[in-house]
Amino acid sequence: MGIFRRNLTAYGFLCAALFCFTVFAWYPMVREFILSFQRTDLINPPEWVGLDNFKAAVADPAFGEAWLNTLEFTALALLCGYAVPFVVALVLNELRHARAYLRFVVYLPVMLPPIVAVLLFRWFYDPGPGLFNQILGFFHLPALAWLDSSSTALISLVLVSTWMNMGSATLIYLAALQNIPPELYEAAELDGAGILKRIRHVTIPQTRLILLLMLMLQIVATMQVFIEPYMLTGGGPENATVSVAYLMYQFAFSQMNYGQAGALGMMLMLALLVFAALQLRTTREDQA
Amino acid sequence: MRRSTGLLLVTALGISATACGSGESPRSSASGGAANVTITVACQPAKTAPKDRQAWDDDVAAFMKAHPGVTVKSTDQQPCFDPKTFGPKLAGGQMETVFVVPMTNYGDVIAQGQALDITQYTSLVKNWNDLRPDHRELLTKDGKVYGVPNVHYSVGLVYNRALFTKAGLDPDNPPKTWAEVREAAKKIAGLGAGYVGYGEYSGGNTGGWHFTQAVYGRGGAVLTPDGKKAAFNSPEGKAVLQNLHDMRWVDNSMGSKLLVGWESLMMAMGSGKVGMMLGAPDVVTDVVTKFKGNVGDYGITGFPEAKASLSGGEAYMINPKATPEQAKAGMEWIDFRFNTVGKGRFDFARGKAIGNPVGVPDNAVYGDSPTGKAIQEDRVKNASLPVANYQTYVDAAATIPPKAEPPHAQELYAILDVPMSGVLSRKDASVDQLLADAEAKANTMLAAKG
Repeated sequence: MGIFRRNLTAYGFLCAALFCFTVFAWYPMVREFILSFQRTDLINPPEWVGLDNFKAAVADPAFGEAWLNTLEFTALALLCGYAVPFVVALVLNELRHARAYLRFVVYLPVMLPPIVAVLLFRWFYDPGPGLFNQILGFFHLPALAWLDSSSTALISLVLVSTWMNMGSATLIYLAALQNIPPELYEAAELDGAGILKRIRHVTIPQTRLILLLMLMLQIVATMQVFIEPYMLTGGGPENATVSVAYLMYQFAFSQMNYGQAGALGMMLMLALLVFAALQLRTTREDQA
Repeated sequence: MRRSTGLLLVTALGISATACGSGESPRSSASGGAANVTITVACQPAKTAPKDRQAWDDDVAAFMKAHPGVTVKSTDQQPCFDPKTFGPKLAGGQMETVFVVPMTNYGDVIAQGQALDITQYTSLVKNWNDLRPDHRELLTKDGKVYGVPNVHYSVGLVYNRALFTKAGLDPDNPPKTWAEVREAAKKIAGLGAGYVGYGEYSGGNTGGWHFTQAVYGRGGAVLTPDGKKAAFNSPEGKAVLQNLHDMRWVDNSMGSKLLVGWESLMMAMGSGKVGMMLGAPDVVTDVVTKFKGNVGDYGITGFPEAKASLSGGEAYMINPKATPEQAKAGMEWIDFRFNTVGKGRFDFARGKAIGNPVGVPDNAVYGDSPTGKAIQEDRVKNASLPVANYQTYVDAAATIPPKAEPPHAQELYAILDVPMSGVLSRKDASVDQLLADAEAKANTMLAAKG
């Protein structure tokens, strides 16, 4: 009883957090699970339809394209969004001057509402007076169609996503880098290690757990890409940027097919859960 | 990282969160009799349009005075109908007693029991029999009526008269054929950088929507008569795509930017640098009121070479959870505000006085019935816009048969966005291949829908 009283404040905070998770995370998850097996118009009593919603989602003409686009987006986003923040963090960590200012500049895009950031890029990508084509023109390079070509649209979305999200990852990497004991670098230097060898044999092993965690979080986040195709391309051109989350939105709010949207959501969640389980297992084995 | 907190569950969150109020029915303050009743009505103008809002509020006050015991509460969600919130609002008990539904959604709303059967109340709309029969038919299922037609229009060609003049074209003699449209577009695009002769959608389901308009206009269909198979891989469908491809890549008269979503083309049209687009008269109203277009610059004419025209419009419906007293009061409100010549929305004198664009023939819901003629006379009498700019459309619309949207319209439009964006984004796009692919996808979708 004494322990309970002593920790009363902590329990209070815990209850508030549990309440929020229950209402805003777990309850919707359970509802979505149920919804994926029902046909509902949200007015009449829902009808249990077994796996029909899953079958209908798989049979949708855009289903395959949505998964391929999402996987391609994730791979490209990892190439840019995983490596770039780490390199930026390494550079920031080495800087002696203007470090606080540069950290602020790198983090600034995260503070912008995503819609504003995305609209900014809509102008950058404008095939006419857009900033990027102006820059290409300055260097006498041919203009690109950016969002308006099925061959460049997806990578254009990756660039937006990387710019919007790299600030948080950079700060996390930076924090991990600053926790590395300086003696390790000194010892490596005494052994004649150059900068690349120091990164390979000191920095990466020392930040391995953070790198693995960020890999998992970034894959989970990028697999759910929605705002960029919704705001910039509407899934086009020629379905080149339809993502799984965008297709879910189309099912639910354009076609009013909530059950089918729920089924697709469950498939995405399952895919991410399998990946997360593998990732956790790898991390545990690594720690052991 | 921010996305990881819940985008996966966007659907469930949207639905579940709004469902918190589930079970709450429209409020009725009836106390032992049918006299006292409260209804909520949608579509009050936003606070950003204070004069329109005041006019609405005046109408509400006048209605309540004329109907003692009825309390009207207005909601100002913009737009009035939002497919994203429609279902959740109904489920959550947040839907108004009287709400508006676009024609595209009639079938779904009625089939899903999301509107009340108002057959017994239609006599409360005094001019009911003058409303277009073909539109009333769209709101009737198995002999039961589910809505009151509110707006009806057919598609024409909206054009910028100022650009026509600037390009040496005659704004009083707008294009009547697709060949003339193409020639005019070339001349307008030739005015210089940034000028677009002809604007067209390519995504966000609007590309498929306009493809359907164009196919209908050429006399084609997007589905077979039984609605079981795709029918757009046809000479008409090919002609639509080939014409767009050639305008974009041979004539270079469509600009270099893909237009995704309704507001993209409207914004471009409002900028005064787009010469022509397919659209109904409400495009003129919206371009002027919402996208700052210069009112005198815009005209509308008949659909080029039209053999049929995709019908558009909206209807008012009653919440299926409404009590009989609320349903009756709701229908009386619909009659008072939306169906009385010279009153409510048809009070053109008031509209002109508060600066509304009066004169656009943006609503043919009464057709050429006596009520329709009276409304048109009143509109012309109080016009604040140059009605002559729309006369060729009015003349043409009277002769072109209307054609309803296909079943599963949104699913089809999503599929048809692909060939539209294909021809507008790739010079080497194969029209035949794009249509064949879309046809296969549409047939798969239709088979799955049964």
